[in-house]
Amino acid sequence: MSEATMTADVKTQDGQLEFLVKGDHHPQNGTLLGFWLYLMSDCLIFAALFATYGVLARSYAGGPTGMEVFDLSLVAINTSFLLLSSITYGFAMLQMQANRLKGTLFWLAITGLLGAAFLGLELYEFYHLIHIGATPQTSGFLTAFFALVGTHGLHVLFGIVWLVTLLFQLKKHGLIPANKRRVFCLSMFWHFLDVVWVGVFTYVYLMGVLP
Amino acid sequence: MFENLDLTKLIFGRLTWDAIPFHDPIILATFAVVAVGGVAMLVALTRYKLWGYLWTEWFTSIDHKKIGIMYIILGLVMLLRGFADAIMMRLQQAMAFGDNMGYLPPDHYDQIFTAHGVIMIFFVAMPLVTGIMNYLIPLQIGTRDVAFPFLNNFSFWMTAGGAALMMISLFIGEFAKTGWLAYPPLSGILQSPGVGVDYYIWSLQIAGVGTLLSGINLLVTIVKMRAPGMSLMKMPVFTWTSLCTNVLIVAAFPVLTAVLGMLTLDRYLGTAFFTNDMGGNAMMYVNLIWIWGHPEVYILILPVFGIFSEIVATYSRKPLFGYTSMVYATVVITVLSYLVWLHHFFTMGSGASVNSFFGITTMIISIPTGAKIFNWLFTMFRGRIKFDVPMLWTLGFMVTFVIGGMTGVLLAVPPVDFVLHNSLFLIAHFHNVIIGGVLFGLFAGITYWFPKATGYKLDEFWGKLSFWFWLIGFYFAFMPLYVLGLMGVTRRVSHFEDQSLQIWFQIAAFGAVLIAVGIAAFLIQLIVSFRRREALADETGDPWDGRTLEWSTSSPPPPYNFAFTPRVHDLDAWWQMKQHGFKRPESGFIPIHMPKGTWAGIVLSAISVACGFALIWHMWLAAAVTFVALIGTAIYHTFNYDRDYYIPAEEVERIEAERTKVLANV
Repeated sequence: MSEATMTADVKTQDGQLEFLVKGDHHPQNGTLLGFWLYLMSDCLIFAALFATYGVLARSYAGGPTGMEVFDLSLVAINTSFLLLSSITYGFAMLQMQANRLKGTLFWLAITGLLGAAFLGLELYEFYHLIHIGATPQTSGFLTAFFALVGTHGLHVLFGIVWLVTLLFQLKKHGLIPANKRRVFCLSMFWHFLDVVWVGVFTYVYLMGVLP
Repeated sequence: MFENLDLTKLIFGRLTWDAIPFHDPIILATFAVVAVGGVAMLVALTRYKLWGYLWTEWFTSIDHKKIGIMYIILGLVMLLRGFADAIMMRLQQAMAFGDNMGYLPPDHYDQIFTAHGVIMIFFVAMPLVTGIMNYLIPLQIGTRDVAFPFLNNFSFWMTAGGAALMMISLFIGEFAKTGWLAYPPLSGILQSPGVGVDYYIWSLQIAGVGTLLSGINLLVTIVKMRAPGMSLMKMPVFTWTSLCTNVLIVAAFPVLTAVLGMLTLDRYLGTAFFTNDMGGNAMMYVNLIWIWGHPEVYILILPVFGIFSEIVATYSRKPLFGYTSMVYATVVITVLSYLVWLHHFFTMGSGASVNSFFGITTMIISIPTGAKIFNWLFTMFRGRIKFDVPMLWTLGFMVTFVIGGMTGVLLAVPPVDFVLHNSLFLIAHFHNVIIGGVLFGLFAGITYWFPKATGYKLDEFWGKLSFWFWLIGFYFAFMPLYVLGLMGVTRRVSHFEDQSLQIWFQIAAFGAVLIAVGIAAFLIQLIVSFRRREALADETGDPWDGRTLEWSTSSPPPPYNFAFTPRVHDLDAWWQMKQHGFKRPESGFIPIHMPKGTWAGIVLSAISVACGFALIWHMWLAAAVTFVALIGTAIYHTFNYDRDYYIPAEEVERIEAERTKVLANV
């Protein structure tokens, strides 16, 4: 935009309007904006799932209620894993800005481990629920619950796969601009999942245990 | 579970020889024709050694112009399939009265109307609109490609992959019998246990990935890559309407993905989103799918409004009347399109106040749309109008679309809708706006920009013939449906008892035949123009004395579009350049930075189609393998850092010198 306004009335030496950019012209890189837009579209998938959960949250169909099946202390630990992983990703970004490859790799790896721990606990929770008979097929409530939380979990899994891929690419090419852009995108993705989780935590678990 | 593991089942799932519709002569004959045609094409391609050319110059190309053309070809091919469905329905309804059961069993008829709707929206209108946007946006904003060239190629192939899966359903298995939006519980596993709905789901999911990514891509392109000086209010109108359309795509398609995903879970895992029992809620589906579905209508019509705006201005030889109001009208429509979805199901019982709200918002939408109509009229007022083919389509649109819009406002009144809901009146209304609006606009756009893409104009005679047959055919085909709808005839019926209705259906069938002639004339036009391409050649690059930047390059444009990035000072940048006696530079060229072609798009799409096919037929092993292959290939592709190259200055100089020579002879 600034470029657009600045060059509005460029003229040649004889006072004519200049209609061409005579030198090499590169438009701005749009990767970060594009990734933002992708995140917003992903956010709408979650919005649809949240809305569905909102409609079905009390459709127990004779099955268990949230109060009966949610284990808040487990979820609290899980939440802290994920929130902590956002902080460690922040450290990775700081290391990257200081152009320290090793530090970046280290903090990214820690982030990935925390993400994996989150996923492990979530899988345990799912296993436990299915074990006690609270399966996704039991009721509208559990269908919507598994869909929303599961979609978030799949996103985290995807994030971890991406993170591992990125570790290899960083090792291979170092902190070149293309890789920095990728680390930046994954950072947005990771924080985005955190924000969604805050919604899940509040809307599903905390409100779910209310009578 | 594992003790009765059956190897055949693991590999082939539920696919058996029974899935091939040998019992249906219509499908077998179609298959024979498609097979013969397909084999002939493969032989021809091999014979003339075109595979290498197609692969390097087209399939793997990331040039937005070529991808745009491929989208348009896809749309036109699918139009033939969708129209074949249409004429079959018209024929069935014209004959199936009383004792005559027609020639289509209900089971087949249901698949046809579903396929017709799905194809026409997703695989005709969408590819054509996206194709034109893809081709034009970078040219109109004075840049060399889209923001993410690889993603663009990938998006196209995903759309094509969805279309391919849809076509496979014709010959292997069946398609959904649910209507084009597949409402549950009808589309649930209990009522539709076959593969039809699964074909529906997976072809739309695969194509949907392409649409969403292309939306993001074009949005970033418009926001970030405009030529220096082109502020938002100096953008060509078509780019503006495309911008709004892509906002709508990004904000609507995820909801479709989510709702189809939920339907998939219901069908595959037995969950209870939309079931009648276990606390499911089918009305949730109807709401969600229309939250996507209504913006979808505007996704199709907005770029077409842009096309008409460009055409009206060019052929009236005047700047567009009320550019600013046009932009604001577009933006208002964009916002309002999210506030009207419930008018598709007033009868669901949301209560009087909810229905009133959505009825009123729906009526409000006609205000900015009306403003646009007046803007076009005032642009033409006292202009020196040339009645070329694109202008004829535009005039046909203005009359037809206004009629369709008014019947739409009628339907927006909830009590009226209670009478007309799901009647043929509704069918007539939305064909009235989609054919009279979207389709006419696409034909206008294709005719208008054809010389830009190919270097020669389309033949006038066959173009006019096509237009008149389409226009008159449309009125014959759909005005009777208004009458029938007012008499209470509902949609999706394959047999009638009341003989007095038959004459109306026969008139409609006659209209469909006229439209068939219109389509044939369009195809003949393509062939005739190709054969007369010397006589119809456009050497200036600006055959219509255009106003926007795409006309400042050669026809067809060089791979890099512009040897030098244009600098924009005003709306209608090219017009201003011509007014100021702009001289094309003939020396001083510099190397140009361009993206490289890649195999990844077509390969990823092919694997996706295989994965979708495996999922449809419950071939779990194949599904797992293809899914892993999909992820693996995508990751492998990210290890490719070598994605661009420079066109050397000498090459640019050579191409530009050739153009200088051509221009000297004009």
